[in-house]
Amino acid sequence: MRKKIGQRIGFSFLFLFLLITLLSLGTIIYFIVAKGAGAISWQFLTQSPKDAMTSGGVAPAIIGTFYLILGSIAFSFPLGLACAIYLCEYSPKGYIINIIRISINNLAGVPSVVFGLFGLAVFVKFFGFGVSILSGALTLGIMVLPQIISASQEALLAVPQSYREASFALGATPWKTIKKAVIPPALPGILTGVILSVGRVAGETAPIIFTAATLYKRGYPNSIFEEVMALPYHIYGLMTEGTHPAQQKEIAYGCAFILLVLVLSISFLAIIIRQRQRRKNG
Amino acid sequence: MDNNIRIEVKDVNFYYGKKSALQNVSMDIKKNKITAIIGPSGCGKSTLIRLFNRMNELIPNTKMEGTINLDGENIYSSKIDVVEVRRQIGMVFQKPNPFPKSIFENVAYGLRVNGIKDKKYIREKVEKSLKNAAIWEEVKNRLFDNALGLSGGQQQRLCIARALAVEPEVLLMDEPCSALDPTSTRKIEELVLDLKKKYTIVIVTHNMQQAARIADYTAFFMMGDLIEYDITDKIFTKPSKKVTEDYITGRFG
Repeated sequence: MRKKIGQRIGFSFLFLFLLITLLSLGTIIYFIVAKGAGAISWQFLTQSPKDAMTSGGVAPAIIGTFYLILGSIAFSFPLGLACAIYLCEYSPKGYIINIIRISINNLAGVPSVVFGLFGLAVFVKFFGFGVSILSGALTLGIMVLPQIISASQEALLAVPQSYREASFALGATPWKTIKKAVIPPALPGILTGVILSVGRVAGETAPIIFTAATLYKRGYPNSIFEEVMALPYHIYGLMTEGTHPAQQKEIAYGCAFILLVLVLSISFLAIIIRQRQRRKNG
Repeated sequence: MDNNIRIEVKDVNFYYGKKSALQNVSMDIKKNKITAIIGPSGCGKSTLIRLFNRMNELIPNTKMEGTINLDGENIYSSKIDVVEVRRQIGMVFQKPNPFPKSIFENVAYGLRVNGIKDKKYIREKVEKSLKNAAIWEEVKNRLFDNALGLSGGQQQRLCIARALAVEPEVLLMDEPCSALDPTSTRKIEELVLDLKKKYTIVIVTHNMQQAARIADYTAFFMMGDLIEYDITDKIFTKPSKKVTEDYITGRFG
């Protein structure tokens, strides 16, 4: 009987840890909703900031963040998937490929501010894109590239070899095998990587400080070569600069709330796409 | 060249890394006959038939020596397109491996990857292949259901239909019944006997009764060597080698 008690205590501890995790998550969400939801209004969502960022809305920041997400994923998803396909399906296995794999994994651990500096040096200065949506989206895209490659690789490796053999045995070329027999069952896993990346792109501040973001901009950007407002940087600005901390704090929580909703809804959309794909795969 | 020979194996050696899996194998596979390959596990029988459609190339660090001719042409010649070889030689695997797609799409797969777009042709071909694989009656009302919902025996017949759809000349079967129950096995055996009219069939089996029931010719392998290859009746009644007799009478293996 003593063994059973030991087990029970063990599992109680595991449950306790789960509770602590859920509690902290819940608290974060509660605070943001409690403090931020009140700021949300039609005007807040559709207008530009007014009176030195103490009133008005944050529409340009929402749009800016949206552009940055779109741009960075449009860049990093095809590139990352292509890298993963090459690494898993085409490249000869061996020592060099292993080094490349390890390097990619290490790249995922590089602090985001380093990517920001890289973006400043390469996209803003060297390519001359300036502080712009383009520079920011590319910087963010490069930041999440390792994550997308790793997730895609894992998803591709999880596809049973028997699918590849069946396809080859029917006279399919390697490319058709990848396109029709390997990618479809791997897609849910690949999309999971993209979902996580969207969350990171939406929330990161450091990479866009030098490459894309501005604290205040009149109206909306007209081209990808303009700088933009973005939600995370707007929050940072509201909390560190300006002359009316009390009102600004309220707006900052409103921004945080929108950011949360934005990321959750994008994730939700991706989950729906993933579920549909899974159903198709059976 | 003998017109009745479809596949000619000449002095074939095969290695996984440094380990030899086949030594000096030479044999002729006759047209429109069923050739069974038997032998204890690890004797090289699967390795051999996977050489017929160049499947072993997918495994890294392997080496093949010798020639294999399909209708007189060396499929290992550098001029040969491996994709074309695989289209002419269909394969059914040990474990049923339908794609996670609909029953219809599984059979249509080979047609689609070979560039056929004509919808009417694909529809007819899918129906014909499913009929040839004796599974049409069971699936005709649920062609667009996921193939993974079928039973193991049905999945294996679906895989046969899938292989037949691209009209191969040769059908390779790598222990196709090893994961199936006796009823499904009987159905597949009947099907194989029926398919013999149109196809040359090479079947690897660890089930000697199965070889005796369906094969015209039987080859016995041991540790990568072709020990004996003859008419099935002769192998099972009057084998010329002692080890063959020991194996078929169940003294080992």
